[in-house]
Amino acid sequence: MSEINLLAKQIKRARQTSGQRVDISGQDFVLEKSDRLGIVETDYFHFAFPPNEITLESGEKLGSVTVAYETYGQLDDQRSNAILILHALSGDAHAAGFHKGDEKPGWWDDMIGPGKAFDTNKYFIICSNVLGGCKGTTGPSSINSKTGKRYGLDFPIISILDMVNVQKHLIDHLEIDQLLSVAGGSMGGMQALEWLVSYPSRLKSAIVIATAAKHSPQQIAFHEVGRQAIMADPHWKEGHYYGGHFPAKGLVVARMVGHITYMSEVSMAEKFGRRLSHNGKPRRFSIDFEVEEYLHNRGDHFVKRFDANSYLYITKAIDSFDVSQGKELYKVFKGNKAKVLVLGFKSDWLYPASQSKEIVKACKLAGVDTTYCEIDSTYGHDAFLLEVEEETHLVKHFLQKASFERGGGRGI
Amino acid sequence: MQSETPSLEYRAILKWIRQGSSVLDLGCGDGALMDLLVRERGVRAQGIEIDEQAIYQCVANGLSVFHEDIDHGLSDYADQSFDYVILNQSFQQVKSPDLVLKEALRVGREVIAGFPNFAHYQARLQIFFKGKTPVTPSLPYEWHDTPNLHFLSISDFMEYCRQRNIKLEKTAFVGKKRRIKIFPNLFALTGIFLISNREANDID
Repeated sequence: MSEINLLAKQIKRARQTSGQRVDISGQDFVLEKSDRLGIVETDYFHFAFPPNEITLESGEKLGSVTVAYETYGQLDDQRSNAILILHALSGDAHAAGFHKGDEKPGWWDDMIGPGKAFDTNKYFIICSNVLGGCKGTTGPSSINSKTGKRYGLDFPIISILDMVNVQKHLIDHLEIDQLLSVAGGSMGGMQALEWLVSYPSRLKSAIVIATAAKHSPQQIAFHEVGRQAIMADPHWKEGHYYGGHFPAKGLVVARMVGHITYMSEVSMAEKFGRRLSHNGKPRRFSIDFEVEEYLHNRGDHFVKRFDANSYLYITKAIDSFDVSQGKELYKVFKGNKAKVLVLGFKSDWLYPASQSKEIVKACKLAGVDTTYCEIDSTYGHDAFLLEVEEETHLVKHFLQKASFERGGGRGI
Repeated sequence: MQSETPSLEYRAILKWIRQGSSVLDLGCGDGALMDLLVRERGVRAQGIEIDEQAIYQCVANGLSVFHEDIDHGLSDYADQSFDYVILNQSFQQVKSPDLVLKEALRVGREVIAGFPNFAHYQARLQIFFKGKTPVTPSLPYEWHDTPNLHFLSISDFMEYCRQRNIKLEKTAFVGKKRRIKIFPNLFALTGIFLISNREANDID
């Protein structure tokens, strides 16, 4: 732990210390920069208590709703430096810093922190767990207040728009009129697109990484294999497995399929080759290759932290997402004043660069001020979490420009 | 894409660009020209560039840029999306200049095309006396490492425009240290043209 954090602890303000003005014996002084956020905590926002439930895209009502969120950095006096980070399928509100006692930081710690791409010395960063998730925000594993039991499949079908609507409630609660930016990769990118289209006046810019305006049949197909694996698990029991055996086998297989699609042929060859995972004589159909062992490890790790029903609900939300709402994409972007940064990766075959280019093409036709970069990477879809240096350069300068144009960017 | 006379070329282009207009720079490189136009003319600028490192430089300069090749990047735009489409030192590097120029004239109200003059006297002398592919300040590459795919002279381009009823609105011919006024096809290293699809009135 850094000296700064020790000092912060001393003064009993252990959260978000870097660059923050701290009052010590009546004296104002600024703590020095550190590249780490230190210890962070998750906050919870409760709203939509009956009879004021939220209405979902499906028309169903849901309430009450709890949102788990974290914030890093300081909101400025004009409340104009807030950035909403949007997580992917298996992410959560813990984007950066460390939870007390944890050895691993949040999922995008490489990008969020003092001096990093999302610089917490300059910006107020917010990240919340999505609706339907299982890391603190209301989802199928939450208690249904009407029955006193966990929702299971009684949880209504949700959409990316529903996730964004819940985030908007959080932003309202935090009294932020306009976000400096919304940013996310994969499913996070879809939410960024949804924000852009549904609440154009509430943001100044959007960072859309390795994503699509809608899923292709190939992408839907991979998700369906995952869902079928979960539902074929005898422990799944139509989603009402809480309190009993967890459908771990099914969720492991779903995650294994997922991880295959997150890597590229090259990254797999480099990481595993055809190396064997054991020295002894293999048993029949045992785990022989390193790549098999890796997939099993990822799967086993995943079931400890993720709910099988959440996986079903969230993958369905992704599959049914279409930001163009059946129209031509450029039409829903028309008149948008936000600045947009679109990033794709060369070896990403799950969300190929061609899908990023579809978004870019629509921005062009709609006259939206857009920058697009196709980053040369061999990491496949995982690249959006791994190509930190390139992303940092692009995001940092893009945000600088966006915050410089405080009055709102002009469309071309 | 570097030539020896960037400042003279840039100054010529800057003079032609109206205040507050919109500009699409095809093959914008590191964005130096766009940067100049944004600062001096308050233009709304968008670049298209194929080189990834150049994209990083553009973004660092606060410029909006698309990472793609010019041969395909124009078809997405609606007619007359920009006041100016610029093809500075990139025109001779595209696969199909004919198609790109046609598209540029569709997407932009006016087009600025700048390219190295292959008929510069130094080039002529090198071919004639040495029998070698010319290397000049505006064509600094050897035959094996040149990014240029097409070699044209100022006269070639003027004839090309005449044949296609493309109007030459303005011209600037640039030498090593100064603008060239006489015999540009012989003495200019670079030719820059402001052209449009407007009814050409000087067809002979």
